[in-house]
Amino acid sequence: MDKSPHEWMTPTFVPILQVRPESSDTFSIELESEHFPSPGQFNMLYVFGVGEVPISVSRAKASRYIHTIRSVGAVTQALRKLKTGDLVGVRGPFGRGWPIEKAKGRDLLILAGGIGLAPLRPILDEAARNIEQFKNVTLLYGARKPSDCLFKEDWENWERAGINILATVDATETNWNRSVGVVTKLIPKVKFDPANAISFVCGPEIMMLFCVEALNNQGMEEHNIYLSMERNMKCAVGYCGHCQFGVDFICKQGPVFPYPALKSRLKVREI
Amino acid sequence: MIKTIQQEVKDHPFFKEMPADVTDLIAGCGKNLRFNAGEHIAKQGTPADQFYLVREGTIAIKLHVPGRGAVFIQTAEPGEIVGWSWLFPPYQWMFDVDAQTDVALIALDGLCLRNKCDADPKLGYDLMKRFSQVLAERIGHTRLQLLDVYG
Ligand SMILES: Cc1cc2nc3c(=O)[nH]c(=O)nc-3n(C[C@H](O)[C@H](O)[C@H](O)COP(=O)(O)OP(=O)(O)OC[C@H]3O[C@@H](n4cnc5c(N)ncnc54)[C@H](O)[C@@H]3O)c2cc1C
Repeated sequence: MDKSPHEWMTPTFVPILQVRPESSDTFSIELESEHFPSPGQFNMLYVFGVGEVPISVSRAKASRYIHTIRSVGAVTQALRKLKTGDLVGVRGPFGRGWPIEKAKGRDLLILAGGIGLAPLRPILDEAARNIEQFKNVTLLYGARKPSDCLFKEDWENWERAGINILATVDATETNWNRSVGVVTKLIPKVKFDPANAISFVCGPEIMMLFCVEALNNQGMEEHNIYLSMERNMKCAVGYCGHCQFGVDFICKQGPVFPYPALKSRLKVREI
Repeated sequence: MIKTIQQEVKDHPFFKEMPADVTDLIAGCGKNLRFNAGEHIAKQGTPADQFYLVREGTIAIKLHVPGRGAVFIQTAEPGEIVGWSWLFPPYQWMFDVDAQTDVALIALDGLCLRNKCDADPKLGYDLMKRFSQVLAERIGHTRLQLLDVYG
């Protein structure tokens, strides 16, 4: 960190350049930025008089980035009401992201559930830009229903670049030509070399646990599985302890962890 | 190379590690079927006298919900099986089965199999264990779906 803790605690107010609906409860905002976050990092977004929340970067471009937000409570609902030109307080980028370098030259399995696709989109963008640096890249995506699937307009580009996409929904009453059922069911369909593969997983914790089990069953070793964790956060710089998860602070040592680092704690109900 | 029904049954993951003479016996109750995308394969509430091994394509399993129509709850793909209603009274399909894409299936005659199981309890027990495993897996998946984890 090149700034002092005090500086990291002070938000910079930036105007929203664009707002875009993604689904019935999810939207994206584009902000100007002098930082270039690495895939998997997050910012603290502050709405005047309401509060501050950690939100991953869902796409980074030169001098701007996109956050994709699901409105679930006080702050995210307030963010949803903002319009182009309104100011948002931003602190960050924070945290350790996905170890993309470790994925190069290997089969990469990206598993996402619901809004969990947001922090993985920068990885998919990177893989699509430099597909020759990876072996097979596969996205396995699960959502509640077809209209909840995020970033559908990107899927074509990713597929054209050579990324294999398998998507599934829990149920549907509309036309849908992909799978229906749980996301773990997709894992045995992917051909990968367990000795030379890596997996990045982000979604609800229970989904991630079932995914780890299913990946294990296909021969993927635990140290090659990375999960992105969510916990309530306040300072985001490792002081307040709000996001403490056993010996780690999610904001600083995470949010992305290799599964073995979490394994014993994920099974402790109290944390 | 076109595979015989015996070979298809033997190679299907559901019958993994079953001795060839037993899979041959089971294949004796089987026939090849093909459906075009969109065609109905079985209808909820009608007699369930067979189950299917999926060879090619994707099958859609739908529940008919009054007032809502067909709710698509699951897909089944090559290597999977569809249907267990033939095992238990009242032997009626509990869901609609449609072809989501063009599909190739092996249909196994439930009555023929039930008779073979009654005559050979060892075969019956082996088949029950295999079906129970599929059912347990589906219950696990259904529980996850019920949790509505993305909701
Ligand atoms: C590192 C990190 C990255 C994150 N990235 C993103 C992101 O890219 N996009 C995004 O939308 N969210 C992301 N989140 C989650 C987001 O921070 C929370 O949804 C947010 O803090 C909720 O704040 P709120 O004030 O709107 O809701 P609160 O008022 O705090 O909560 C309101 C209700 O929503 C429920 N709730 C809170 N959080 C969640 C959640 N994550 N999922 C479902 N229900 C929840 C609460 O249990 C409560 O019932 C991330 C979290 C972390 C830790």
